[in-house]
Amino acid sequence: MKTCLVVDDSSVIRKVARRILEGLQFQIAEAEDGEQALNACQKLLPDAILLDWNMPKMDGYEFLKALRRLPGGDRPKVVFCTTENDVAHIARALHAGANEYIMKPFDKDIVEAKLQEVGLI
Amino acid sequence: MTPHDYDFLRTLLKQRSGLALSDEKQYLVESRLTPLARKTGLGTLDALIQKLRGPDAERLTVEVVEAMTTNESFFFRDKTPFENFREVMLPALKAARARDKRIRIWCAAASAGQEPYSLAMTLKEMAREVEGYRIDILATDISTEILEKAKSGIYSQFEVQRGLPIQYLVKYFTKIGEMWQITPDIRAMVQYRPLNLLRDFSNLGSFDIVYCRNVLIYFDQPTKADVLSRIGNIVTHDGYLSLGAAETVIGLTDLFKSVPDRRGLYAPNKSVANVVKFPSRSVA
Repeated sequence: MKTCLVVDDSSVIRKVARRILEGLQFQIAEAEDGEQALNACQKLLPDAILLDWNMPKMDGYEFLKALRRLPGGDRPKVVFCTTENDVAHIARALHAGANEYIMKPFDKDIVEAKLQEVGLI
Repeated sequence: MTPHDYDFLRTLLKQRSGLALSDEKQYLVESRLTPLARKTGLGTLDALIQKLRGPDAERLTVEVVEAMTTNESFFFRDKTPFENFREVMLPALKAARARDKRIRIWCAAASAGQEPYSLAMTLKEMAREVEGYRIDILATDISTEILEKAKSGIYSQFEVQRGLPIQYLVKYFTKIGEMWQITPDIRAMVQYRPLNLLRDFSNLGSFDIVYCRNVLIYFDQPTKADVLSRIGNIVTHDGYLSLGAAETVIGLTDLFKSVPDRRGLYAPNKSVANVVKFPSRSVA
């Protein structure tokens, strides 16, 4: 079973994402901010990371840069999932190493399509 | 809606658009036409049907046909047809058209433009490989309303998220408020024209590639066979036909045969006589 780390400071978003991803046969872990997510990734790298942009402690952008520096940190497919949806933000996320980008609000079809896009489904 | 009303609508839709509705599709009619009844001020579906039965119902009939035939689409839908385009059709046609350097593509049920724009973006990505070639994309649909949307190239956030790789969004779209608009250079690569597949389309000229996806499924068998046979007459002898995942030519026409290992892709059956033997170019 493939694994996905859902990183978002909103418990509601994490819950929605969990429900969708479990329906797509992923095993889920959750983190509330970039720092927690980085700790989790230092122990075990997931196959996918659904990543929020704005979070306390360490934001999504800083987390992504730190993740990509970890040994094997280039392996997880990172999908930014955020309300920040202007071209500059998206381009910045891609430049930092994101594989895909989901603009909130999202639904199962979009999450599924994006995970297909990065080759995990 | 009474069974009599449903039969009336079924007959009307069959005549005007080829749409073949089975007995159990009454819910579809109700869900699509009730909003139209409200929008036109008629209020209820019963009132709408009554108006359709009366004189001067032409405009409303067009709106009913559009409401029933407009279907959801998204960029790079099903992926395979675009892989086939990149990996099979374009390389073969590029070699075959090395002299006149012209390739014509027809998207026969273009809906809101996602399919032709997906092809246009693919071509843009392959710019170096197709340099010097003139590649025309003609996109048609029965619904003039949906073609207006297609021409504008404006899509919601929801629409651009489905199927469109994020790199393409950044590269080929600009944000206008909450909407996204495809760039003028991509829009300029596609020509739009309203067209009912039930009517004669031989005046469009010949095509090297025809995309006719997810429209035949709504037709009955004789209509499917008729449309496919007429497409067969305008596809060049070395051209291609791309059908939807749930569609086939088997049992409908022998003008096409499957391309091995390429799902949904067909090529003219050269043992059958009435395929276009030489590329003849369009009047358009």
